[in-house]
Amino acid sequence: MIDRYQWYEVVAIYSGIALFLFFVLAPFVEGFMVSLKPLAQLFSTPYSFIPKNGSFSAYFDMWSSVPMLGLHIFNSFFISSVVTLMVLVVVVPAAYAFARFRFAGAGMLLGMFLAVNMFSGAVLLIPLFRLMRAMGLLNSYLAMIVPGAAFLIPSSIWLLRTYMLRIPRELDEAAWVDGASRLYTLRRVILPLAMPGIVVVAIMTFIGAYAQQFIFALTFNSKTEFMPLPIGLYAFFGKQEVLWNELMAASFVGILPVMIVIVFLQRYLVAGLTAGAIKQ
Amino acid sequence: MTSTRSATVFALALLAPALIYILTIVAYPLVDTVILSFTNAALRPGYDFVGWANYQRIFGAGNFTEIIIRTIIWTFFSVSIKMIIGMCGAVLLNAAVPGQTLFRILTMPPWIVPIAIGIFMWGWMYNGQFGMISGLLQNFGLINGPVAWLAYGHTAFWATIVTDVWIGVPMVTIYFLAAMQSIPKDLYEAAWTDGAGRFYRWRRITLPLMVPAIVTMSLLSLIATFNSFDIIWILTQGGPSGSTTTMIIDTYKTAMGSRKYGEGAARAVVICIFVSIFCLVYFRAVRRLGQGEAK
Repeated sequence: MIDRYQWYEVVAIYSGIALFLFFVLAPFVEGFMVSLKPLAQLFSTPYSFIPKNGSFSAYFDMWSSVPMLGLHIFNSFFISSVVTLMVLVVVVPAAYAFARFRFAGAGMLLGMFLAVNMFSGAVLLIPLFRLMRAMGLLNSYLAMIVPGAAFLIPSSIWLLRTYMLRIPRELDEAAWVDGASRLYTLRRVILPLAMPGIVVVAIMTFIGAYAQQFIFALTFNSKTEFMPLPIGLYAFFGKQEVLWNELMAASFVGILPVMIVIVFLQRYLVAGLTAGAIKQ
Repeated sequence: MTSTRSATVFALALLAPALIYILTIVAYPLVDTVILSFTNAALRPGYDFVGWANYQRIFGAGNFTEIIIRTIIWTFFSVSIKMIIGMCGAVLLNAAVPGQTLFRILTMPPWIVPIAIGIFMWGWMYNGQFGMISGLLQNFGLINGPVAWLAYGHTAFWATIVTDVWIGVPMVTIYFLAAMQSIPKDLYEAAWTDGAGRFYRWRRITLPLMVPAIVTMSLLSLIATFNSFDIIWILTQGGPSGSTTTMIIDTYKTAMGSRKYGEGAARAVVICIFVSIFCLVYFRAVRRLGQGEAK
């Protein structure tokens, strides 16, 4: 009963939502329209939102305009996948340690991980550049993977720890009483139970890694063959003109798989986003 | 439960990979930044210690204070607008009207897609001659001629804020929405029975109960916005004539543009001091709010 609205309230709510979604989606809709327009139409006035003689030709032409485009898209996925894998390998045991064991300095370490989260890669760029150079990682996939993973580890530890705290301790204890070693318990009892949480962390990490591929790629890599999509897209910026229609087409193709994942997994994402942040 | 020595050893062994990773890739660079800030390090190998010279130079140059003030103003407006739009979005998406699941999914794209790609789209929209914003405003007769939004100091300043807000809004909205939904329904029903209107219920129930979520999100958003690099770099590279140069952009230009590592590091240290203050406030707020909930 409380949720029953007057007709004018319904109108107000839908208008509000429409305005809100317009702000959120306008760049994407405009980007999609641009991808359908012939280049000449983009640079003609007056401005028209809907394409005339719209076609998908930009989606075909872009592959020959930027021959490495396919590689850039692959690179983005490859870098994000390896980052996700590295983060999981490091984060799963750490989250378990924080969720189950009390030891001196645990709170301090947990706080330290949270604080690390606050320092962006952009601030630490100079020493990171020197470090990458010293380790001989400049101009390789690792130049983007190694620092990329570091800045995703702290929040993932917090998220997974919160999840693991909800798994009853009695299960670990029962396994120990039965004579299972600690490592065996972690592998055979906790890992399967924590799987849904691990999946959420993996998705969030992958999206984070995919979304943030800019500054490390810009600074630590100058080789075209390792460039991820966001940097690779600069190839559409020619000396004379920018191939905006193909640039937008390439953007959509590059992000489509991530978008599909979101549509199917948005429930888990919302749950993950809130679990990590609210219940500290 | 387990506090024996072997348990501690086991826990530390589990933590070791994460600790080593973070110490190498975050903590060591942090220390290195402080050390470098007292040197004349540049592109050539090796460096000498120069004491406070870098700090004297950057604060003596005059425009550094200006950059700090600009960063604070930029961050303040970006975060405030994000909070307001995020709250409006959460209220709207929380209303019991059909289609909400779809609407919630539709808010996520700016948060999900690579930041750089979203900014390219904005770059086109801001285009003076052919972009959507100029185009639509002209079609509706709101402006007379085309406006190149990124070409003038004050419009570029606000354009970068709008884009930053756009990227941040989905996360704030979803977070506020979740906080809103965790408020017990019977509170609203009790108020409704007493004849309280919708706005009254929002102001007297929703808002007070969401204070912890608002404080947490504001501080996290403050830190993220303060550190914001991609948006300004791709849209304006800090221009025109420095009007969008925030501390991060300024540091990047000094270090990676001019290859003055020592001086860049000194600027980075000032940023770190700001971030540390935000962190302290955040930890205090989380602790206080946590205690408040326990009572």
